[in-house]
Amino acid sequence: MEDPDAAELTGPVFGVTDVSPLDADLTRRHLAEPLGERITVEGRVLDRDGRPVRGQLVEVWQANAAGRYRHQGDGHPAPLDPNFTGAGRCLTDDEGYYRFTTIKPGAYPWRNHVNAWRPAHIHFSVFGRAFAQRLVTQMYFPNDPLLPYDPVLNSVTDERARARLVAAYDHDLSVPEWSLGYRWDITLDGPAATWTEHGR
Amino acid sequence: MKPTPSQTIGPFYGYALPFAGGGDIRGGDIRGGDIRGGDIARGGITVHGHVYDGAGAPVSDALLEFWQADPSGGLRGAPGTLRRDPVTGAIIGRDGVAFTGFGRTPTDADGHWTLRTHTPGNGYISVCLFARGLLHHLYTRVYLGAEPSGPLADALTPERRRALAAVEEREGVYRFDIHMQGEKETVFLDFA
Ligand SMILES: [Fe+2]
Repeated sequence: MEDPDAAELTGPVFGVTDVSPLDADLTRRHLAEPLGERITVEGRVLDRDGRPVRGQLVEVWQANAAGRYRHQGDGHPAPLDPNFTGAGRCLTDDEGYYRFTTIKPGAYPWRNHVNAWRPAHIHFSVFGRAFAQRLVTQMYFPNDPLLPYDPVLNSVTDERARARLVAAYDHDLSVPEWSLGYRWDITLDGPAATWTEHGR
Repeated sequence: MKPTPSQTIGPFYGYALPFAGGGDIRGGDIRGGDIRGGDIARGGITVHGHVYDGAGAPVSDALLEFWQADPSGGLRGAPGTLRRDPVTGAIIGRDGVAFTGFGRTPTDADGHWTLRTHTPGNGYISVCLFARGLLHHLYTRVYLGAEPSGPLADALTPERRRALAAVEEREGVYRFDIHMQGEKETVFLDFA
């Protein structure tokens, strides 16, 4: 079916009132620095034609360095960090770049099966120009030995598509005497003016 | 370029994505003619419902997002859904004037959600559903009116078309349940 007037071909807009400058630095929300390996994660949000997605909202959430979420549903017996919440937001700039400062999250067990461990990952929520481009996904770290064992990552069955969920260590992005840099670009799907009824 | 794959939202998004007032997108300066009783005399409307899994059990950790036209049918939206207090950085929400057109709310322990909004001029509210059990989010629409119409509705069987219509429980209060799977599965849309 085709509907060029579909509301999903447009989407919510965000602006300077929707983020505070501190939102993009997850290490500066509390009285002291969080424990863990300080990292910078940067990348571009692009559409399928490679055009930057400008001024759109990117949200992240993650476990602390010990692999524990600040969520009462997380029963992993690892310590909470009083200096780390683990949520951040920013807007993409004119070239589509987002940038966060945080700490590297820890791996955590999740009882999916015996000895099930999630590799270190950061959850991402991204808006495009259209509601139909909405994306929620997870970013992984390169050379993590847990990647082959993770059913969540492996729910993406195509190996090349899986590789697009793994960030690259970028030495030029590392800040001397401060943080290690990871680069991860995001390509949003669609939007298409055509739609089908899901699964039918 | 190849798209970045989707991954489940997981169980722990709750301290990151929901925000106070996320399910109340009413603005203070809404025009739009005389649709739906002056948009119920400008107090707006309430849309609510449950999210159920394939076994009919309520889904207590789903997240719903809403995107819609204003009462005159405009889809421009406005920034400011997550407006901040400049001192504390806390989210204080929309300014009560601009209609941002965007809302977000998690389901409660009973799988229930509520949206307070204005009647969209084009007749429907777009819904994006996230849940731990979904590898990819699902899109549907809530049509406000007994007989949904337009390119999407016209392409459906009468039965499926009626399933997209919210039930008006009383004046200005609409019910729309979402069934993620099973016999009563909601009409979900793929835009890829
Ligand atoms: Fe996670």
